[in-house]
Amino acid sequence: MLLIHCPYCREARPEIEFSYAGEAHIARPADPSVLSDEAWRDFLFIRSNPRGTHYERWRHTHGCARFFNAVRDTVSDKFLMTYEAGRPRPSEAEIEEHRS
Amino acid sequence: MTGYRVAGRGRVDPDARLRFIFDGRSYEGLHGDTLASALLANGVHFVGRSFKYHRPRGIMSAGVEEANALVGVDRGRGRYTPNTRATVLELYDGLTAESQNYWPSLRYDIGAVNDIAAPLIPAGFYYKTFKWPASFWNKVYEPVIRRSAGLGRAPTAPDADRYASRFAHCDVLIVGAGPAGLAAALTASESGARVILADENPEIGGSLLSDPAVQIDGKDAWNWLEEARATLAGRANVTLLTRTTAIGYYHQNFLGLVQRLTDHLPAAASSLPRERMWKVRAAQVVLAQGAIERPLVFDGNDRPGVMLAGAGRSFLNRYGVKVGNRVAVVTVHDSAYLAAFDLARAGAGVATIVDLRRNPRAALLAEARSLGIEVLSGWTVTATKGRARIAEIRVNPVDQNGKVGAARMIGCDALLMSGGWTPSVHLFSHSKGALDWREDLQAFVPGAPNEAVRCAGAGNGTFGLAAALAEGAAAGAATAGSAGTPTVFSVDGEAPFSGVYFRELPTDRDPTRAKAFIDFQNDVTAKDIRLAVREGFRSIEHVKRYTTNGMATDQGKTSNINGLMIAADAVGKPAPEVGLTTFRPPYTPTTFGAFVGYSRDAHFEVERKTSIDSWAEANGAVFEPVSLWRRAWYFPRSGESMHEAVARECRATRRSLGIFDASTLGKIEVVGPDAAEFMNRMYTNAWTKLAPGRCRYGLLLGEDGFIRDDGVIGRLSDERFHVTTTTGGAARVLATMEDYLQTEWPDLKVWLTSTSEQWAVIALNGPNARKVLEPLVQGIDLNGEAFPHMAVREGKICGVPTRLFRVSFTGELGFEVNVPARFGLSVWKALIEQGRPYDITPYGTETMHALRAEKGFIIVGQDTDGTVTPHDAGMSWAIGKTKPDFVGKRSLARPDMQDPKRKQLVGLLTEKPETVLEEGAQIVDGPYAAVPMPMIGHVTSSYHSETLGRSIALALIQGGHGRKGETVYVPMPGAMHKATITDTVFVDKEGAKLNV
Ligand SMILES: [Zn+2]
Repeated sequence: MLLIHCPYCREARPEIEFSYAGEAHIARPADPSVLSDEAWRDFLFIRSNPRGTHYERWRHTHGCARFFNAVRDTVSDKFLMTYEAGRPRPSEAEIEEHRS
Repeated sequence: MTGYRVAGRGRVDPDARLRFIFDGRSYEGLHGDTLASALLANGVHFVGRSFKYHRPRGIMSAGVEEANALVGVDRGRGRYTPNTRATVLELYDGLTAESQNYWPSLRYDIGAVNDIAAPLIPAGFYYKTFKWPASFWNKVYEPVIRRSAGLGRAPTAPDADRYASRFAHCDVLIVGAGPAGLAAALTASESGARVILADENPEIGGSLLSDPAVQIDGKDAWNWLEEARATLAGRANVTLLTRTTAIGYYHQNFLGLVQRLTDHLPAAASSLPRERMWKVRAAQVVLAQGAIERPLVFDGNDRPGVMLAGAGRSFLNRYGVKVGNRVAVVTVHDSAYLAAFDLARAGAGVATIVDLRRNPRAALLAEARSLGIEVLSGWTVTATKGRARIAEIRVNPVDQNGKVGAARMIGCDALLMSGGWTPSVHLFSHSKGALDWREDLQAFVPGAPNEAVRCAGAGNGTFGLAAALAEGAAAGAATAGSAGTPTVFSVDGEAPFSGVYFRELPTDRDPTRAKAFIDFQNDVTAKDIRLAVREGFRSIEHVKRYTTNGMATDQGKTSNINGLMIAADAVGKPAPEVGLTTFRPPYTPTTFGAFVGYSRDAHFEVERKTSIDSWAEANGAVFEPVSLWRRAWYFPRSGESMHEAVARECRATRRSLGIFDASTLGKIEVVGPDAAEFMNRMYTNAWTKLAPGRCRYGLLLGEDGFIRDDGVIGRLSDERFHVTTTTGGAARVLATMEDYLQTEWPDLKVWLTSTSEQWAVIALNGPNARKVLEPLVQGIDLNGEAFPHMAVREGKICGVPTRLFRVSFTGELGFEVNVPARFGLSVWKALIEQGRPYDITPYGTETMHALRAEKGFIIVGQDTDGTVTPHDAGMSWAIGKTKPDFVGKRSLARPDMQDPKRKQLVGLLTEKPETVLEEGAQIVDGPYAAVPMPMIGHVTSSYHSETLGRSIALALIQGGHGRKGETVYVPMPGAMHKATITDTVFVDKEGAKLNV
């Protein structure tokens, strides 16, 4: 069972308190009606599914109940860092800093 | 004393005699014995038959790696455990065990014909043979295989024991309390760190338990051990867990430990739980798992009486049992000499040591000579003889060029073998640590770790007592950081410890005829591995699955390395390139009970009950589970069938008055200046113009345009909505709302609160609903014009606050009385009292379903399945056409969402009114279409309608909206039913009954 650091509670808590909520940094288009069918399809269904660094959303469901973002290595399953929703995608350098 | 017990040896208590029964015969053992040592003390080696060939098998080890001596243990009803390793089964008075895999008796087993037929049962036999004809599989092969194969017999009675579990946190978890683990624990705990030391044995000590002569810090091993134990026990920061196996190593130093609490006690002697699962989160972990000895691979290496040399030494030194009176040894490693020497000194005759190496150490040869043991160096073992126990070995010299010379027979009653030692890297591998190949050991050892873990001792490839102690102490000190100083231990009397590696031992015979076992539990031989490679399997994972090597319950503890080395040789690659198969938890077989813990029976799953549940129970309700809720299904009166009860409940509700506990409805309070805007964006409907005090049916889609949930939503004020959801969807809807609010529209000033548990909801339905309600309500005008259908009012009922909804899920005049949950039961009872003159009738979920189906009201998740759009469900009216956007709107404009051939919700009336279709039944166009018939839809809801006196159904049918009046067919077991497509409203199509 993973320990996940909630950026709001500022505490590492057991995985059972959290729910996974899909890939991060996929904003809902401001006006979906202007999107082509292909563009809307991509928003709905197309995900990056990388081997390695993955930006993803989690929710501290059984804690503060807030959504936040995480960077996780899909090979090792390890969380590299977590950060508040709304913050931009962290740079490689920022991730490295957290790792050490 | 029995013939094989050695007085003055071992840690058993000679005065504590125990009776036990094995295969119906009574024997005597001592306290401190395992079943294996007690059987050996009685001269019993032959204890079971093998899995595939039913060959006689004996005890091959003295520990958890045992692959042969698996027994069923009977501790009374509900307490039968198959496949227990006799080598770790602690003896208690009255222990009753039986051998496995034979019929009709262990000695005369019919399945042993498999052994004679062994050339016909090669690797992959099942895959190759049982293919054709198909009917043979069911009738011939499978029953035969099932009868003769299988390991032990599964218990049939429910487990009578209790199991516990707990979480624990510590600074340092140390797995293994042998020399390395003890050194680590002594050092790590000195600084005050919280230490858990776990060992699978009944007592700490590990290899020291079998090596009493060695000296540590000038003390005999067992004295040193007792002092170490006392030191650790005296430290408040140390938790010492024996009989506790670390079964798995998971992320971030989370380990599962299973502690066995009662299996070593006489049956039913204790009220303790049988086992306890410790879920430990450790800042740092030290693995000191030790090493497991490798069998040698030669023809007949599985005969009872053949065992690992270290086991022979353990049985003597730890249990006071000599494994034979005329013992032979075959080895490629120094350590086997120690067993031979100890046995010789204890008076067991040791005939011969066969050493494959040409030049064993001079010191070992000298000691052998002084003890009168013949050493044949540069010799090999090529066969064994004997029926239920080994009687002779066939040995041959091997010359410099590897040529095998003439054979000689040596009589013996036990053969100890040693192929060297394999570090136990199981837990380290669970944690995804990398393994390194050590050419000198011909073994994998822990490499780069993936967690905060250190390995020490034999499990790290560090053999020898002094080295293990030093490495353990260093690991313990390192866990304490700069505060730690490794304790220094001095060791005297340490024996040499080196060896070489052999695959199959050299032989002068045809190796393809040899039964040289690699995996004793799954009966895999060396030639099976070579055959698999010849047949094209190259990956070790494939070889493993094809031959089943290492796939038995011992998970290849003694077979993985031998299997790998032979496969690597056959493939022609170095072993590290072929690699090891993956180790997976649990380390040793683990009971289901340990995993289940407290989560059984009533504790298996949370059962949610409404505040009115106790009344329903007292009034004879039959319940059904709905998500986690227990809901009243129907209320049978005495002698009534379900059908009769539901028919009566339906009649009463349509004619006079029904009362229904709807408390399980999901409820969400949506509050804030932007509440209406938020509702506009979430739900398909338009909310801006909904006046306070009015309600609307709301439809919630996913972003993909499919229906996710629905419910009536009341607007209490400009800034406050009372949202209801389906019973099962409550948490999901709130999570979806929170997601959008927090991450897409954080600018909206809206707050969401779950109120599902806070409101009890009582639905009153029927023409007389208002008459019953009126006298109990204060501050709300119930008149039809003042309080129309789809309105909500706040006031009081029976003196307590209420949100009163005028809504109907039955098509009758209906009210939903929301009161704070703590008043639910009293208001319910007051309504029942008030309703007596109108024959008020409680109804359950079945009547609710039938009545709503008569009105064509959908149930999300029953009439929809995640692929149904509002249009498909005939609810285009619920879409706010002028809204620029809502969740799912864009998807509704995709071309395939507007395909007229989509499955659409319709009604179905069967030709025969008494036919109630099966929900889920497929629908076809004609009864004579070619098979396979095109499926055009399926039945989603189907009931007997008491109101209409006939069956009704709802169905999803391709292009159904345009097919009303057409005939379709519903094939069901035994009949093909004819039905007409209709619209979805069967009763009161104009809704006249609502407008009263
Ligand atoms: Zn939190």
